[in-house]
Amino acid sequence: MSAHADGDDKNYLNCETTLWSWISTVDHKRIGLMYLFTITAFFIVGGLAALTFRIELFSSGAQFLTPDQYNVLFTLHGAIMIFLFIVPGIPATMGNFLLPLMIGAKDVAFPRLNLLSYYIYVVGAAMALIAIFNPFDYILSGFSAEQAFNPADTGWTFYAPYSVKSGSAVVWMTGAAFVLGFSSILTGLNFIVTVHKLRCPGMTWNRLPVFVWALYATSVIQTLATPVVGMTLVLLIMERVMGVGIFDPSMGGDPVLYEHFFWFYSHPVVYIMVLPAFGVVGEIIPVFSRKPIFGYKMVVYASVAIAAVGFLVWAHHMFTSGISDWTAIYFSVATFGVAIPTAVKVFNWVSTMYKGSISFETPMLYAMAFIFLFMVAGTTGVYLATLAVDVYYHDTYFVVAHFHYTIQGGAVIGLIAALHFWFPKISGKMYNEPVAKLAWFLVFVGFNLTFLPQFVLGMEGMPRRYFDYLPEFQPMHRLSTIGSFINGFGYTFALLNLLYAAVFGRVKAPRNPYNSLSLEWKTASPPSHHNFDEDPEVDDYPYAYGTPVEGGGHH
Amino acid sequence: MSSSNEATVSGPPHAHHWDPVTAYHGSKLGMWLFLATEILLFGVLFTAFAIFRYLYMEEFHHASQYLDWKMGAINTAVLIFSSFTAVLGVDAAQHGDNKKTFRWLCVTVACGFIFLIVKYLEYSHKAHIGLFPFIECNDHAQFCWDSVEFKNEFKMYFGLYYCMTMLHALHVIIGMGILTWALLKAKKNRYSTDYYTPVEMGALYWHLVDLIWIYLFPLLYLVD
Repeated sequence: MSAHADGDDKNYLNCETTLWSWISTVDHKRIGLMYLFTITAFFIVGGLAALTFRIELFSSGAQFLTPDQYNVLFTLHGAIMIFLFIVPGIPATMGNFLLPLMIGAKDVAFPRLNLLSYYIYVVGAAMALIAIFNPFDYILSGFSAEQAFNPADTGWTFYAPYSVKSGSAVVWMTGAAFVLGFSSILTGLNFIVTVHKLRCPGMTWNRLPVFVWALYATSVIQTLATPVVGMTLVLLIMERVMGVGIFDPSMGGDPVLYEHFFWFYSHPVVYIMVLPAFGVVGEIIPVFSRKPIFGYKMVVYASVAIAAVGFLVWAHHMFTSGISDWTAIYFSVATFGVAIPTAVKVFNWVSTMYKGSISFETPMLYAMAFIFLFMVAGTTGVYLATLAVDVYYHDTYFVVAHFHYTIQGGAVIGLIAALHFWFPKISGKMYNEPVAKLAWFLVFVGFNLTFLPQFVLGMEGMPRRYFDYLPEFQPMHRLSTIGSFINGFGYTFALLNLLYAAVFGRVKAPRNPYNSLSLEWKTASPPSHHNFDEDPEVDDYPYAYGTPVEGGGHH
Repeated sequence: MSSSNEATVSGPPHAHHWDPVTAYHGSKLGMWLFLATEILLFGVLFTAFAIFRYLYMEEFHHASQYLDWKMGAINTAVLIFSSFTAVLGVDAAQHGDNKKTFRWLCVTVACGFIFLIVKYLEYSHKAHIGLFPFIECNDHAQFCWDSVEFKNEFKMYFGLYYCMTMLHALHVIIGMGILTWALLKAKKNRYSTDYYTPVEMGALYWHLVDLIWIYLFPLLYLVD
């Protein structure tokens, strides 16, 4: 973060340099960066948890973990990656940084609320850390060695009734998820008001960048879905504390009700994760294809449609939970409905590239990897939406692979693409392109090597969340473990490359290294504290590549 | 939230600073969105209550008779009256009358206190007859929460009752906090015909708190 001015104008990074100026900042760009560093730390923790249990799964039979430790590790991996990393992933980092720049505003609508969201996130993260190290069972049990390491082990879904009976760490972990949800609500609310009220002159709804539209749709889901899971987790905590049996069948409660409440949020939440990534790809592809985005309005409507339909499909996670046939049929059909706007988007991206003048810089490579991986994710999603097939695939590695193709292949790749694409704007430096491309290659190969075998494992009947497996599954598990390490090295290289360029990089970034038409590239790299030197104004949408512009010449 | 328009740091004076009209409309939209999240928050509890009431109709009916509808009615009247005084506070602020604003908001906050006192009396009565978790069993009490004889359906009814009313009481306390902050500004003569955002936002929130109680009261106390 020590970007030195070298006689340049002051920018948002060096206008003030004390620690206090960072932790008390209301500047959306600095808050975005603070989120970025925090979530990256949790990405590393969650990733290491995954690699650890992948080593355990390298061979059949017990290796070096106990079954309980294995349960703890996959719970930590899921809960950390979902609640601490990927939900705030793109919106709170890139969204915070870019939203005001892209609509020509000086900041978000409620800058202090924005900082408050960050600190609420930090509190939630601290509670999650307490759940991980969970000193309380140990202390309450009178320091019995059995309770020395007793974190949450329920899986990230906290399904009742087990979550009611498991160790006390569940209370901390669900409490953390509640607090993190509150942070997410406030960010979403802030973004919605920002988009409504702070667009610069000429920035009509039909000229908004697709990333802003995606953030807007995401924010609506964040605001409307998150309270439901928050309250559900409170009910779970109440059930434990008061001994009420709302979700406990032995006390007349209904565990399926928990699942309904949980998925009412946790299905839309996958769109919170992946919609911003759609937006990122929608920004990158026109720039590196030098072509107007194909079907701008359809891209935008598709984002909103996915957000809307995403609220109506939650029980497709519960086809084997004992819901009625008619309910299951409705949720199956509605889930097929999600495929339509999603496919519209894929066709739009591919059509944008068609006959374009494509150059394969790193962001474009990630964007293309995204399209490929997300197509696999979407197609296998249709398998899982099909009732008869899902009964067989439910709770197998097929679901695990499908989910990771959506969320890692979609949301995480989208975040890494965004980090590379906007890196010059954020840091004012250029990164090393060959290293970035090598990292991309490792990520792409490693990812597919990890999760393609898991589709096969799932089809062969390997259940998810199992500590041990039959020897027949071993070859595919080994491929998967090897792939996960290549994947991990890829991310390490990519992030170190960016970090090195930000701190030690010598190549200064120009204002607009890619000749993009979007507003954030019209200001300095990195932007000044107050974003724009002159009040911006726009007269077209930002994708008019290949058309003559003012001042002569073509883009 | 509305005061974010005051947030300034170094740099040109216009940085992170919205014109008053934008700030007002932004705050209003933000508050309405926040109220929507509140309704969804309580929506979970209403849904759970509806489902279990349907499943355990008789037990829920029986359990609800241990609530004192007169206490509930007093609190309903107090909250409706407080919403009225909150509106008078907003009206006074919009006319730039800081004195009246201060006075009406004080009445509103006082109503909040009355509500909480009545709620406390109700809870302590429940605790006395043993319809409260965390209470040691004793021979004088009619019920014992942790005993085997205590019906699960009763636990469920009172569990939901406490969850809903305690969450609501928490909202009353938060609302009182917001209104106190707003009335302190009236004390300092901050409001004018151009600036009354905190009063209006505080009142919006207070109305929601009131509205939720208007649903809770018949649902828990009155419906047979």
